[in-house]
Amino acid sequence: MSGVNKRVLPGFGLSLGFTLVYLSLIVLIPLSAVFIKTTTMSWHEFLDAVASPRVIASYKLTFGASFLAALINAVFGLLLAWGLTRYPFPGRKIVDALIDLPFALPTAVAGIALTAIYAKNGWVGSLLEPLGIKIAFGPPGVLVALTFIGLPFVVRTVQPVLEDLETEYEEAAASLGATRWQAFQRVVFPTLFPALLTGFALAFARAVGEYGSVIFIAGNIPMVSEITPLIIITKLEQFDYKGATAVASVMLVISFLLLLVINGLQAWTARRTGRAI
Amino acid sequence: MVGVAATFDARPDTASKFQANPATRDSSWVRYLIIGVGLTYFALFLLLPLIAVFVEAFRKGAGVYFSALVEPDALSAIRLTLLAAALSVPFNLIFGLAAAWAIAKFQFRGKNFLITLIDLPFSVSPVVAGLIYVLVFGLQGWFGPWLREHDIKIIFAVPGIILATTFVTFPFIARELIPLMQAQGRDEEEAAISLGASGFQTFWRVTIPNIKWALLYGIILCNARAMGEFGAVSVVSGHIRGETNTMPLQVEILYNEYQFAAAFAVASLLALLALVTLVLKTYVEWRAHHHNAIAEE
Amino acid sequence: MSIEVIGVNKTFGSFTALNNVSLNFPDGELVALLGPSGCGKTTLLRVIAGLEHPDSGRIVLDGIDATDKDVRQRRVGFVFQHYALFRHMTVFENIAFGLRVRPRRERPSEKEIRAKVTRLLDLVQLGWVANRFPSQLSGGQRQRIALARALAVEPRVLLLDEPFGALDAKVRKELRRWLRTLHDELHISSIFVTHDQEEALEVSDRIVLVNKGNVEQIGSPKEIYEQPATAFAYGFIGAVNEFRGRVDGGFVRVGDERLRFETGNFKDGQEVIAFSRPHDTEIVANPQSDDGVSASINRILGSGSVARVELVANGDAREGRKDFFEVEIPGTEVQSLGLSTGQHVKLRGRRLSVFPVQNTTKAAS
Repeated sequence: MSGVNKRVLPGFGLSLGFTLVYLSLIVLIPLSAVFIKTTTMSWHEFLDAVASPRVIASYKLTFGASFLAALINAVFGLLLAWGLTRYPFPGRKIVDALIDLPFALPTAVAGIALTAIYAKNGWVGSLLEPLGIKIAFGPPGVLVALTFIGLPFVVRTVQPVLEDLETEYEEAAASLGATRWQAFQRVVFPTLFPALLTGFALAFARAVGEYGSVIFIAGNIPMVSEITPLIIITKLEQFDYKGATAVASVMLVISFLLLLVINGLQAWTARRTGRAI
Repeated sequence: MVGVAATFDARPDTASKFQANPATRDSSWVRYLIIGVGLTYFALFLLLPLIAVFVEAFRKGAGVYFSALVEPDALSAIRLTLLAAALSVPFNLIFGLAAAWAIAKFQFRGKNFLITLIDLPFSVSPVVAGLIYVLVFGLQGWFGPWLREHDIKIIFAVPGIILATTFVTFPFIARELIPLMQAQGRDEEEAAISLGASGFQTFWRVTIPNIKWALLYGIILCNARAMGEFGAVSVVSGHIRGETNTMPLQVEILYNEYQFAAAFAVASLLALLALVTLVLKTYVEWRAHHHNAIAEE
Repeated sequence: MSIEVIGVNKTFGSFTALNNVSLNFPDGELVALLGPSGCGKTTLLRVIAGLEHPDSGRIVLDGIDATDKDVRQRRVGFVFQHYALFRHMTVFENIAFGLRVRPRRERPSEKEIRAKVTRLLDLVQLGWVANRFPSQLSGGQRQRIALARALAVEPRVLLLDEPFGALDAKVRKELRRWLRTLHDELHISSIFVTHDQEEALEVSDRIVLVNKGNVEQIGSPKEIYEQPATAFAYGFIGAVNEFRGRVDGGFVRVGDERLRFETGNFKDGQEVIAFSRPHDTEIVANPQSDDGVSASINRILGSGSVARVELVANGDAREGRKDFFEVEIPGTEVQSLGLSTGQHVKLRGRRLSVFPVQNTTKAAS
């Protein structure tokens, strides 16, 4: 039997074909270039590129600061999500809308704005300066920038779960004699946890690859405040394509792993809450 | 993946429900503490930077501000940014519609894997996104020699910028449409076909009206990212003033030349774009919510 | 329009939805495709409509092979289980849709469309909702609009997938009657899918009973109810008491007890399943009687003209479960037999229907 009439709705071949071709041309083939290029390097060359002390220092900074920033966002993002869904307060709608600012604001703009605020003559920086706390042009600056760009993730993954959470569960907990804190700790929090972890992972993944907002505020001092994406750029500017590609391949592999972890977390969240996100 | 948090979803107003219920009401000191800490955090990390952009932009007066914007290099950057968005958004729009149609309306093997692949660009660092095109089209890249022979410039030229922008905004529209169209199923399309509509008529008269808000939402987010992309574009641009600088790159150049007021002036345009994006986004969410509220009546 | 289904097979992965199904639907009748959920009845309806393509077999409409025709060319009206009304269009536009999408040459004028939609809205008695959106209608109203929309294209046959499935009990009953009346007015060949035997018995001219991708029985509601052809048919239609045992001369031996039965060619020792409708089941007050299966009375409901007696099988639970029985007897008999709760009695069938036990067939409850 011919395959022509097999499907009732038209356009399957066309739409899937276009999808695959476009995906291959824009994403898959160019991405494969990184790995193909890496295979032309000797093991020694590769190690030199990806494991030199300066690059190792950048990994430590990038992953350490990303982890810390995601952690900060997990804590404060949960608070914000809770406040936004549970408490009526003036300006709530505006705050809610502005939460997405880091998604909408170009990273370069965020970078220079954060630098202006947290530099020693800035609004916040000048307050911290007398206390001996220096934020801009050092690792704390990286942390500030990464916190900024990761802020919406936890709020936006936790918020829908909180909204869908029927009051019944807490009513049941209360009727069984639980205090508010017990109800939160034993009933609400376990329900939120997968979403919280997903938000954390998303914020972390985004922070690891971030470039634009960091380079203005970091100071970019080798071995101290130089992030890995900047290492790639620097190598490119020195026409060290192989070195740049090698470091990029390490970052890509880590991105893929994070993607897998996040997919798993999202499946977990969906199972736990019966809600696809 | 990373766009997940911005998934098209109308948010209901639940706050009063929780505070009216004795089982879910928190004591007032908890309320004030959480709101206080939350808002402080919000102010330090979100509100202040936004205000700072505009304050810094006007620090040297309105004259400097406006002259920074009408400067030829700035105008050329604005033009290039608009061009990159005007091309990459429609590309990804067509792709998003095609991918969502195939994935939501048909059964085939490897569907979940395909969805993961579509999300892939979100998890790739923008810098790596730029680098991959250098490896393919750059002088030392796969097609470098051939391109040079035929005098075609992609890297350090406008086509590279458009490619990089398309890459970083690749999943935006598809990922708004896929879950929505999957949830809507095939019934309405099958009904239209059974009533004699052609495939094209079904798509225009039934599918598109059903997804218009999600589509618009995806376009808004895609556009914001397309106009604001920095890392990927920075790698492929070559920073040629008046030629291959987009607005975010122009901001960087001015900033590095210590022309702070001018840098913030250009940045303020981008911040304005972000605000408009948020307003439109909120409006679309509200409309879609309104729409759903009627549908669920 | 006459519909012939010839040797149709359809599988989804390892699941066989339709197993070599052949059927004839005569012109002008209202036919029910009845069966438990997952039996393949909806698939059969969709195959007839052209919304699903059979792996093999043919669909012949009005004597013309339509197997390779797509749903657009078949001119069938399909009413979806969840109505599939276009949510962004008004009721009026929904009904007009099939007319508006016709090629320009065949498209009626705006005036004709208006007249036709109005006529259809009157037919389904919903003229006053023309400008509403589907979301503003009740379930029953949506169902009628879906029907009007399907009728607008003047289909040769009307196919309805669980037309009352999503409605509450009261609306269901009303719409059932209404559909029957409508069919008597229009006389358009119609097939509807249902898992509700009461609905099929009440509404249809003819019932096609489907189980596990096979047609079990075809017949009028009366035939299906009174002469079930298979054990499945017996168990699926109407309330029934079920006895399992082996043939022993003119008896079915159930454990240590036996039930008398009259007809059938069974070998001694053959494993059988015997059915008896509640109103054909007798209660013998003497628990020592040598004909009948012993049970004890659980509850006696109703004391009017008909009393319903619920019983539970005595002794050991068979296959890990106790059998429950239901008997309908005249209220006067409850008194004359002196029945009371907890009493031990025997049950026997007035007209026992006996079927051989097939390897897999098990009566659905």
